[in-house]
Amino acid sequence: MSLSTSAPAQAAVVDRAPAISIRGLRKTYGDVVAVDHVDLDIADGEFFSMLGPSGSGKTTVLRLIAGFEQATAGSVTLGGVDVTRAAPFERDVHTVFQDYALFPHMSVLDNVGYGLRVRGMKKAERRERAQQALDTVRLGHLGARRPAQLSGGQRQRVALARAIVLQPRVLLLDEPLGALDLKLREQMQVELKQLQRELGITFVFVTHDQEEALTLSDRIAVFDAGSIQQLGTPREIYENPTSAYVAGFVGTTNLFDAATSQRLLGVAAEHAVRPERLRLSPGTDTEPARPDEVRLDAVVVETIYLGTGNRVHLRTSDGVELVALEQSTGSLDTREHRGDDVTVRFARADVVPLTSGS
Amino acid sequence: MTLSPLARRVLAGLTFGVLALIYLPLLVVVANSVNPSQSMTWPPDGLTFEWWRRAAHSEGAREALVTSLQVAAVATALALLLGTLLALALQRYSFFGKNAVNLLVILPIALPGVVTGIALNNGFKGILGVDLALWTIVVAHATFCIVTVFNNVQARLRRMGTSLEEASADLGAGVLTTFRLVTLPQLRSALLAGGMLAFALSFDEIIVTTFTAGNGATTLPIWILNNMFRPNQAPVVNVVAVVLIVFSIIPVWLAQRLSSDVEGVR
Repeated sequence: MSLSTSAPAQAAVVDRAPAISIRGLRKTYGDVVAVDHVDLDIADGEFFSMLGPSGSGKTTVLRLIAGFEQATAGSVTLGGVDVTRAAPFERDVHTVFQDYALFPHMSVLDNVGYGLRVRGMKKAERRERAQQALDTVRLGHLGARRPAQLSGGQRQRVALARAIVLQPRVLLLDEPLGALDLKLREQMQVELKQLQRELGITFVFVTHDQEEALTLSDRIAVFDAGSIQQLGTPREIYENPTSAYVAGFVGTTNLFDAATSQRLLGVAAEHAVRPERLRLSPGTDTEPARPDEVRLDAVVVETIYLGTGNRVHLRTSDGVELVALEQSTGSLDTREHRGDDVTVRFARADVVPLTSGS
Repeated sequence: MTLSPLARRVLAGLTFGVLALIYLPLLVVVANSVNPSQSMTWPPDGLTFEWWRRAAHSEGAREALVTSLQVAAVATALALLLGTLLALALQRYSFFGKNAVNLLVILPIALPGVVTGIALNNGFKGILGVDLALWTIVVAHATFCIVTVFNNVQARLRRMGTSLEEASADLGAGVLTTFRLVTLPQLRSALLAGGMLAFALSFDEIIVTTFTAGNGATTLPIWILNNMFRPNQAPVVNVVAVVLIVFSIIPVWLAQRLSSDVEGVR
């Protein structure tokens, strides 16, 4: 299933020389280990996300790629050149900062033209190029304003324009949408994806929002405690999480510990199954389970209406807590009520064995 | 918060009393500068600009004023340069003994002037073996002028954060270019405020100056102290005092306005 669909993406990654290559990267602050043994290859033109909770080391890896931090050990290679010890201004990567970091004493146009200015480009030419970049992010009419006079979404775009005007091979984005409200964030997600496709730049995108990572990325690295827990396409990460941590962080999931798995599946190892894979039928039916499925009797603990469907919390007769997600079909929605008896079924193929981690 | 009418009246009275205590003597000095009586009898029985005319022609007062302006200007320039560098070093880099340096920089403003004065006097004459002159006053003043610049710049750097400078480096600017195009423009009003305070501090400094001034190097405050009790010169001193008040108020007022402007915008 998921492995076959992800094969083309994997092939594409191998074909081209990596834009970024990280080996054995480690960063410590005193006794605190922020990043530990990170190995990573990011392909040219890839939309790559680093996903994890705050403090998981994803932003530190980004800052190590940008050159704001010096690695304690390991190496960072950009397009084949070792830049581990290079200063930020010597690296062909540009960053879109979480707080945008626009220069408050300069106009929007001068902000966008800044990188060209420090490269010694003539004023007329750099104004023209900056104007083009502003047009790309549809802010061509606001060049004369100061950053303080712009809205959050507009500042975000100026920060983007300021980075892409230099045509970098790699663009680093540090939670760029974190400060925007939901509507604007969804709109910017679409724009970012389009921009990345048009420009063909490698994007390295740091986020703690798993949905954002799933929708935007070609590949995702899930971080925890300073190292990568799992690396793969969004589909692989979602469908085949290799650890309880990844299964729990990306989307919601039903986790079975070894004992429960032994009872339900006959295998004494951790397993997970996504809530949308559970099928519910009202009442306790007498129809026995088919060989390729698991059948459980349960009681509805709580039903939560989500708009697009229902989230149903269940407890099985032997005390296992489950969550099921029912899509709204528009017709005669059967809504389970608290205390109702239901029968839960799910295919054995939908149960994912968790091979690593605890 | 609302106050009872009685509390308001008491507080208003206190405020008025304190302000009167500070500013009435200043007004008396201003009035006496145009008081026809040489012994400054009160209330004045007329109005004269004789003392202003004499002050304008007083060689000693004029020379002392020029000396004070020179000392303040050079000490401020030194303080701007060194205070900014110190603030950058302590706020942007980490190194061994950083906290100790931070304390040592701030200390001169807390030390009693007389201690600083004695220490510098001994330092110049005893250890370095140099004669006291004009430049020794400048160095002495710079020790506490640095602190005002340093404090202003450090506070601004802290509030600025490092992300603007990182963005500049990220976009390809070297360390000096980043300082010139990003950091310095952000520091401009902090430097102005710190510099003006430093200038005002130096301009009316008398204790440290007494200990570090060479023969013939007379700043305005020292000139005033020397002439205050000479009956012939006393009215002229009043005029000079009025000039000093003006010189001191303008920069302090400007400094306050500048820093509050920036607070409002950011």
